[in-house]
Amino acid sequence: MGILFSFAVVVAIVLLVFAGVSGAGLNYLFAVIIPYIALLIFIVGMVYRVVNWGRSAVPFKVPTTGGQQTSLPWIAANKLDNPSTSYGVIGRMLLEVLLFRSLFRNTKAELHSGSRLIYGSEKLLWLAALAFHYCFLVILIRHLRFFVVPVPAPIEFLEFMDSFFQVGAPLVYITNFLIIIALLYLLYRRIGMPQIKYISLPSDYFPLFLILAIAISGILMRYFDKVDVVGVKQIAMGLVSFRPTIPDGIGVIFYIHFALVCTLFAYFPFSKLVHMGGVFLSPTRNLANNNRMIRHVNPWDYPIKSRSYEDYENEFRDKMKKAGIPVEKE
Amino acid sequence: MATKGKPPKPEELSKISYTPPSKGWMDTPVEFKPGMYCHGTRAKYLEAVGMPFPRDWSASEADWKLPDNWKEIVLQGIKERLQKFRTFHVFMDICVRCGACADKCHFFLGGGDPKNMPVLRAELLRSVYRKYFTTSGKILGKAAGARELTEDVLKELWYYYFQCTECRRCSLFCPYGIDQAEITIIGRELLNLLGLNIDWIMGPVANSYRTGNHLGLEPHTIKANIDFMIDDIETITGIKVDTTYNRKGAEILFIGPSGDLFGVPGNYVTMGELMLFHEIGLDYTWSTMACEGGNFGFFTSMEVAKKLYYKIYSEAKRLGVKWILGGECGHQWRLMNQFADTWWGPPDFLEEPVSPITGTKFENAKGSKIVHITEFTADLIKHGKLKFDKSRNDHLKITFHDSCNTARAMGIFEEPRYIINSVCNHFYEMPESTIREKTFCCGSGSGLNAGENIELRMRGGFPRANAVKYVRDTFGVNMLANICAIDRAALPTLMDYWNPGMDVCGVHELVGNALVMKGEIERTLDLRTEPLPGKGGTE
Ligand code: HEM
Ligand code: SF4
Ligand code: SF4
Repeated sequence: MGILFSFAVVVAIVLLVFAGVSGAGLNYLFAVIIPYIALLIFIVGMVYRVVNWGRSAVPFKVPTTGGQQTSLPWIAANKLDNPSTSYGVIGRMLLEVLLFRSLFRNTKAELHSGSRLIYGSEKLLWLAALAFHYCFLVILIRHLRFFVVPVPAPIEFLEFMDSFFQVGAPLVYITNFLIIIALLYLLYRRIGMPQIKYISLPSDYFPLFLILAIAISGILMRYFDKVDVVGVKQIAMGLVSFRPTIPDGIGVIFYIHFALVCTLFAYFPFSKLVHMGGVFLSPTRNLANNNRMIRHVNPWDYPIKSRSYEDYENEFRDKMKKAGIPVEKE
Repeated sequence: MATKGKPPKPEELSKISYTPPSKGWMDTPVEFKPGMYCHGTRAKYLEAVGMPFPRDWSASEADWKLPDNWKEIVLQGIKERLQKFRTFHVFMDICVRCGACADKCHFFLGGGDPKNMPVLRAELLRSVYRKYFTTSGKILGKAAGARELTEDVLKELWYYYFQCTECRRCSLFCPYGIDQAEITIIGRELLNLLGLNIDWIMGPVANSYRTGNHLGLEPHTIKANIDFMIDDIETITGIKVDTTYNRKGAEILFIGPSGDLFGVPGNYVTMGELMLFHEIGLDYTWSTMACEGGNFGFFTSMEVAKKLYYKIYSEAKRLGVKWILGGECGHQWRLMNQFADTWWGPPDFLEEPVSPITGTKFENAKGSKIVHITEFTADLIKHGKLKFDKSRNDHLKITFHDSCNTARAMGIFEEPRYIINSVCNHFYEMPESTIREKTFCCGSGSGLNAGENIELRMRGGFPRANAVKYVRDTFGVNMLANICAIDRAALPTLMDYWNPGMDVCGVHELVGNALVMKGEIERTLDLRTEPLPGKGGTE
C-alpha cells in the first residue's frame, strides 16, 4: 500500500508539472516561484530542526562503547570506537559520517537447521548506502556549474574524474548510473526483503521514488531528450542573482526534473531525511566515554530527597549493635 | 512471590521464524502471551518510594485502573522528555528504517515477534510522537506513520518495553547510534507516571530504598552471610580472613552487587574477593547501607535511579574513605561509569584512586573515584603482586560472557580476559559476533529476571546460549564466566534450559581458586567446597 501510494504521489507530481508547463504555461511558477519557496522551506526548516534538537538537554553522557575502554596504560584502548578524548570523538564522527562505520558492522542472522544461529557478513546495505550518498553528493556538486561562471576548476576536475577521464561531450558520468543501481537495490530491500518491507512506511518509499525520478529525468535530459543547456544556465544564474529570467524553448523534461528537486528540498525538513543533521547530534556517538575522568553536568538536575544514613541507622540500630557493626549513635 | 511458569521444551522454542506476517504491525493489536510478561507492581512498593497511582492491578485483565487523565499525563510526559533528553528527541526523528538493527536484538532472534525488532519497538512510541508532535503526523496521520494513543497502544508499549533489556546491542549497529535502551528508559518512565511498573522491578526498588540492597538484606544478615563465607574460606585454605563493616577511616569502600552476598554462584565471587583483599592486606571496608551497586531504579525512572544512588557517595563521605572499589556487576557499571558522578558528584571529598599495593594511579577514574575490580586486580597481576596456581582451575574449560552494560556502556573487555588467562589454563572465546561489543544479553537484564516471564527469558537468552553451546560442543567448555550478578542469577537457569551441565561463575571465583595465599594449607577443595580433581581430593 505504502509503495503504491508513494509511487502515485511521485507520478502525480510529474503529471502536474507536465500539464502545468505544456498545457497552462506555468513556467514561471515552476522555474521561479516554487524553487524559491522550496529553498526557503529547506533552509528555515533544517535550521529549525537542528536548533530544536540543540535546545534539548544532554543530561547524561551515554556513548555506546564499541571497543576497549581507556584504562590501564598497558591495555591498548580502541580510541575510535570507544573514544575518551575529543580527538577520538571527532575521529569517530568522521568515520560515521564519511564511511558509515556502524553500518559496516552489519551482520545477517540465520538459524541453521533449526538449532544454530549464524551471523553472516552483510555489507551490501553498507555498500549501496555509501554508493548512493556519495553519488548524490558528487551529482549535487557537479550541478554547481550551472550556478557560477566561470565553472571553478575543482568542479571541472570532479566532472573529469566522474566521467572516467573522458574528454569531449557529452560526458558520461559514472555516478549517474551508480546512483540508479544503488537506489534500485535500496528499493529492492524494501520490496523484496520481508523484514524490511514490514518496517517500511510510505515515507520510506517516497524519497526513494522521488530521488529515482530525479535521477532518471536528469539522465533522460542529458542523453536522450536533450534540453537547451545554455537556457538552463540562464535560469539558474537568474535565480541566484535574484533576477529571474525564463528563456523560451527549454524542454518540459527540465521543468519536471527541477520540480522534483524542489519537492525533495521542501520535503526534506519534514521527513526522515533530517538524519543528515541529526547524525551529528546523536549523543551515543558524539560524546567521549570519559565520565569517570571528567564530570558531566546535568543542566536540569534538581534536588532529590533520599533516605539518609540517620534514618537507616534508626531503623536498624539495635540489630547493628547486636551484630557488632559500628553505629553513629549508641 | 512470582509463580513460576513453565516454558515449552527447547526443541519447540527453537522453532523460530524471522519472516513477519503479512498484516501490517499497526493493524495487529497486542496479544498478551503467558510466559512473556511480568506481573504488574503491587501498590505497596510504589508507596514505599512515593511514586504516583499506587494500586493493585493485573496486566492480564482488561481494566488497568488507569487515572481518567492518563492520556494527558503521557503526552505531557513525552513533551517534557523531548526537551530533557536530546537522545530521545533526536532518536524520535532520524530513524530511516534501514533495518540494520532488526536482527540484532536477542528477543527478536529468540522469538521472531517483529515488534521485538528494535526499529519497531521504537516505532511503537514514535508513531505516537508523530501523531501529537510533528506537522506531517498531525496532517497525514497513518500515511506518515502516525497513530492515536489509545489504551491498546499503551498496553502494547507496556508489553514490549518490558521485553527489552536495555542492552544497547541495536545501538551499536545503527548508523546514527539510535539506542533503543534510551527509548525504553523513557518509555518506562512514561509508564511509571501511571504506576505501570512490574513487580519484579518495584520490589527490589522498595527494598533498596529501605535496606540499601535489592534483596532486602538487613545489616546483621549481611554480616552473617559474609561470616558464612569466611568460615568456608577457612575450611578451604586454613586461613581465617578478616573483614570490617562501616569502618571509618578505611582507605577503600568496597561496593558490589548484593546478589553476591546471597546465593550461588555469586557468593563464590565474594569469597574470592575476600581472599584477595586479605592476601594483599587491603585497607577496605563494607558499608551495610551502600551494599548494592546495582540499581533497579534505573529500570524505573531516572529520578528513582538517582534516589537509590545517593548512598554511594554519601556513605563514602561518612566513612571518610579515599576512594571506591566497585565489584563484579553489570548495570552497576553502566551507572558507575556513566551516571554516578553526574547524579551525586563531584566527589571532591575523595582522593584520586591509587592502588596501595602497586602505586598505580587509576587515571581513568580520577573524577568519579570509582575503580572497577577487574581493573584493580589486573593491575595487581601485571605488577606480579599475586601468586597463582593455575592448575587448580584445570578442571574448568572456560568461556567469557561480556555483559551488555560493561561491554556497551563502558568497554571493559581486556581486563577480565587478562585475569582469566592469568588464573586458568583453558580459555576459549565464543564466536566473534557474540562477544565483546557485539555481546548478547543473558535475556533477563533490566529487571526482567522474574519467574512468570520465563519463556521470554529463555527466548531472549537463546542467542547467548547458542554461542555457549558452540564452544561446549567444539572445545568442551564447561564454565561460563562473567562479571555480572544478574548473569550469575539468570545464566544458570538459561544454561539448564538450553545447555544442561554448563556451570556459571564470576571471575573472582576463578581468582580465589588459583590464588596462592601465604600460610594456606594444601588446597583440596575449590571455592564451592567441592574436591579439586587431581589435588588430593577424590575425583
Ligand atoms: C551527513 C550526511 C548524511 C549521512 C551521514 C547519511 C547517512 C545515511 C545512512 C547511514 C543511511 C542508512 C543506509 C540506508 O538506508 O541506505 C541513510 C539512508 C538514507 N539517506 Fe542519508 N545520509 C546523509 C545525507 C543524506 C542526504 C543529503 C540525503 C538526501 C537525499 C539522504 C538520503 C537518504 C535516504 C533516501 C536514505 C534511505 C535509503 C533507504 O530507504 O534505504 N541522506 N543515510
Ligand atoms: S539501524 Fe537505526 S536507522 Fe536503521 S532502522 Fe534501526 S534504528 Fe532506524
Ligand atoms: S536495547 Fe537490546 S533488548 Fe532493547 S531493543 Fe535494543 S537489542 Fe533489543
